[in-house]
Amino acid sequence: MLTRRIIPCLDVRDGRVVKGVRFRDHAIVGEIVELAHRYRNECADELVFYDIAASPRGRGVQLEWIERVAREIDIPFCVAGGIRSVADAHAVLHAGADKISINSPALERPELIDELAREFGSQCVVVGVDSQRDADGEWHVRQYTGDPSKTRALAWRTLDWIREAQRRGAGEIVLNCMTHDGIRHGYDLEQLRAVRAVCDVPLIASGGAGVVKHFFDVFNEADVDGALAASVFHNGDIAIPSLKNYLLTRGIGVRPS
Amino acid sequence: MTLAIVDAGGANIGSLRGALSRLGVEASLTADPATIRAADKLILPGVGAAGAAMTRLREMNLINVLRAATQPLLGICLGMQLLCEHSQEDDTECLGLVPAPVKRLARKPGLRVPHMGWNRVTATAAHPLVADLGPDEYVYFVHGYAVPVHGCTLAVAEHGGPFSAVIGTDRHFGMQFHPERSGAAGANWLKRFLEL
Repeated sequence: MLTRRIIPCLDVRDGRVVKGVRFRDHAIVGEIVELAHRYRNECADELVFYDIAASPRGRGVQLEWIERVAREIDIPFCVAGGIRSVADAHAVLHAGADKISINSPALERPELIDELAREFGSQCVVVGVDSQRDADGEWHVRQYTGDPSKTRALAWRTLDWIREAQRRGAGEIVLNCMTHDGIRHGYDLEQLRAVRAVCDVPLIASGGAGVVKHFFDVFNEADVDGALAASVFHNGDIAIPSLKNYLLTRGIGVRPS
Repeated sequence: MTLAIVDAGGANIGSLRGALSRLGVEASLTADPATIRAADKLILPGVGAAGAAMTRLREMNLINVLRAATQPLLGICLGMQLLCEHSQEDDTECLGLVPAPVKRLARKPGLRVPHMGWNRVTATAAHPLVADLGPDEYVYFVHGYAVPVHGCTLAVAEHGGPFSAVIGTDRHFGMQFHPERSGAAGANWLKRFLEL
């Protein structure tokens, strides 16, 4: 049986790993390859690297660190940020990333999803969605969240956008629940359940993990395929081997450490 | 031993070379027919879609080179599917080295496709490539098409039903998962291929 994935997320800015709270105030937390090694040894199932400054500044990701991670790490990893074209994606995949994740550029030009899926196959095309509930009671998509001064709300309702992304060939959805990000009160189960109901491809929860029970809840109640977290892993509050043991004793299928 | 990774323009080549290098094998990455013919073993990697991959192999004049190769040849992920006769993906005629089809993973309620993540592999045949698998043999899969269980199946995994995780004939082998991305377990899979 396919196991649920535990995915540390490494936000990358200027070649270092950083972490902010509610997408703001980024502090440096470590070196990319060093942290990647640590998580590989702790039995992380996959890594996601977000080049958080790439989209707002309109530049692509740098390739050197991707090549280093690919050479030194033997678990899969996904690179997000700054991928705006088939050529960008080709460069990142050729540098050794297993998957690419697109967010703001897909909102600017949804055809990008079709182009990437056609060229590389849906299985390596991840669509990241930043979403929060607005005054009208609906979840809406945000764009350019890597830079608060450029972040903007879009008319896209989150559920509609996720349907559209799948129709165009997205092979996985990462849902970043923005109001829950960085504050460790648990994943946004209500929103994740709603998205799960319209999402036939793998769905990864992001934003809000604080304690091990939050991981159990999101697998058990929102039926997501993976749970992504950053700060609780980076600062050592949750060790992945003990998290996996906890989940296994509660009947959640994960790859044993 | 010389090992050639067939460069068909696939993307996961850097990570594969890194994984082989950790096992002490410096593989050449090549599309040159003479280098491919001279190697002791061959690996055909692959990420992407079957139609585009076969088109690239054709453009690089590698189809007959691979069909005529007499060394052990390992296809990884899409590379394994390309060894087969035909793929439902883009209705593609493949290399025809293994007499098996490639079919889209069945769609069932609650079953996510692509099959993406770590899953358990169980040996179904006696073969050195699948010898001594533990009960918790987890490896990393990313695919939307698969080879059904077949006479050439050496190991299976389950995703809405069993499919071929590993296939093999006398000298053609395939792994549907990514050994180069499957941690310590994956390194053992590559090691067993190198020792065949």
